[in-house]
Amino acid sequence: MTELWQGLTRAVQLIITLDPEVLEITGRTLRIAGASCILASLISLPLGSLIHFGRFRGKRALVSVIQTLFAVPTVIIGLFVFVLFSRSGPFGELGILFTPTAMVIGQMILITPILLGLTISALNGVSKEIVETATSLGASGFQLALLTLREARYAVVAALVLGFGRAISELGIAMMIGGNIRGFTRVMTTAISLATTRGELELALALGMLLLLLALIINIALNRLQQR
Amino acid sequence: MKPSAIIEVTGLSHSYGGKEILKELNLSIARGEVFALIGPTGAGKTTLLRIMDLLEVPGSGEIRFDGQAVPRSGKHRLAIRRRISFIQQKPQVFNASVYDNVACGLRWRGVDRNTIAEKVDRMLATVELEGYGSRNARTLSGGEAQRVTLARSLVLEPEVLLLDEPTANLDPVSTARVEDLISNIARQRNTTMVMATHDMSQGQQLADRIGVLLEGSLVQTGNASDIFRSPHNAEVARFVGMENILAGVVVVNDEGIATVRIIDDTRGSDIQAVSTYPEGADVYACVRPEDVTLTPARHPSSARNAFAARVTRVTYLGPLSRVEMNCGFQLTSLVTRVSAQELGLQAGAEVYATFKATAVHVMERRPDR
Repeated sequence: MTELWQGLTRAVQLIITLDPEVLEITGRTLRIAGASCILASLISLPLGSLIHFGRFRGKRALVSVIQTLFAVPTVIIGLFVFVLFSRSGPFGELGILFTPTAMVIGQMILITPILLGLTISALNGVSKEIVETATSLGASGFQLALLTLREARYAVVAALVLGFGRAISELGIAMMIGGNIRGFTRVMTTAISLATTRGELELALALGMLLLLLALIINIALNRLQQR
Repeated sequence: MKPSAIIEVTGLSHSYGGKEILKELNLSIARGEVFALIGPTGAGKTTLLRIMDLLEVPGSGEIRFDGQAVPRSGKHRLAIRRRISFIQQKPQVFNASVYDNVACGLRWRGVDRNTIAEKVDRMLATVELEGYGSRNARTLSGGEAQRVTLARSLVLEPEVLLLDEPTANLDPVSTARVEDLISNIARQRNTTMVMATHDMSQGQQLADRIGVLLEGSLVQTGNASDIFRSPHNAEVARFVGMENILAGVVVVNDEGIATVRIIDDTRGSDIQAVSTYPEGADVYACVRPEDVTLTPARHPSSARNAFAARVTRVTYLGPLSRVEMNCGFQLTSLVTRVSAQELGLQAGAEVYATFKATAVHVMERRPDR
């Protein structure tokens, strides 16, 4: 109990004094998760609209598959991306294994199904009457998709936040593809994991608290947005 | 010469989940005409409007818009749809500012910003929503929201405006306001309008021509007095408020005055009616309840039909009272509340019911009905 208490006070100190290593790790974590989230949304928003408005066979099955992929363990994606980018893999020549770029790709693969699935369900939440009203007012297919995304904006933003949260909090991909290289690919989750095994509980707790704090800030921002 | 039709529907049939909604419908709407589609809920009014707005592809039949056949799919439908506007029964506003709601159709048509601003501002003034531009449309009352949807459609200056029960969800004050707007626009812009309503007085008040839609068939079209005074059949008669529809047989026709013997009548009464139906014809004799007058004693009047009646029920409808009576057959009368009180009308009271021979509309009765 005293150990935990000491750890906590030291952690608060590390955060308040803006410890350079803590800041550096936090910054990198946000950049990597942010980049993967932007890439994933660039794929998911148009693709989600296409799937939602498209009329094709197997649409339900496709949505089920996407939803199943929500729960894919990070280590499986880590393994998959590792095989792709390892020296002998199909993209081995790129030499990006154990770089932030590979981590972004891995996290993007992780959260794309989530963003895609939640975008589709967000668009489903826009009433048929609203879509028909826009059609009746002369919207083209593309204009209709934009309007529907706009009508669903709160649910879409919620999906983005969820995807971002999933990306900053995952460990498997960051560890297996990033390699936890200090000053290069070390992010909050891998740092917490390492610090804990080394017995550096203050650092682990400080980073853990920061991670929670980030989640809290994002949630508050989202709530603000939804109340508008 | 027949005025050129802007919308022409021929042989239109449509089913929904195995249920036939529209049956072999033919309708031609002239440019600039205000046409009211009346009929009970579920008659197919909304489906017909949706097909006219090209939101739905009919099961079979053809639509021509401005002389051109409307294709069943493809880009050309969008081009035609952009010349038509549809106001739905329940106002659907986008979760955006009132300004953006009204501006969206113009934006989608690629109109430049300044023109949009000018038109939207003018339109908001027309529907009396000045200063509402930056409000979120979802925060408006039902009447205000319906005016936003009107503005949103009218700002596009459509050639055809389709309205589906535009005032069904509004209070009387908002209703009057929306009705005023509609009739002003019809007059100023000469916009063609097709309006679905179950409110017959609204149809009567706003439309040049009325069509009665019953169970997917356009049973009768004509001007208001045709429909209200001379319905084609018992269904139309019932729908337009001819509450007294009496099955009978013509026993004599003396120079255009028919004597109709009522069938379900304990006293074997006869009704005198102005009609050309010959002796022996199976007919319905219809009398609008407001044409039946009530007096405490037999009145020496010119009315040919006078019956002693016993009141069975009195219902108050605002300033009017609806009086149901038995005079051998069932008869209903509408009188003012004041006269109902003066006559002491209540269940069991005895009165004389009279109506003129010219107030009786006689129509053919098919034996199977």
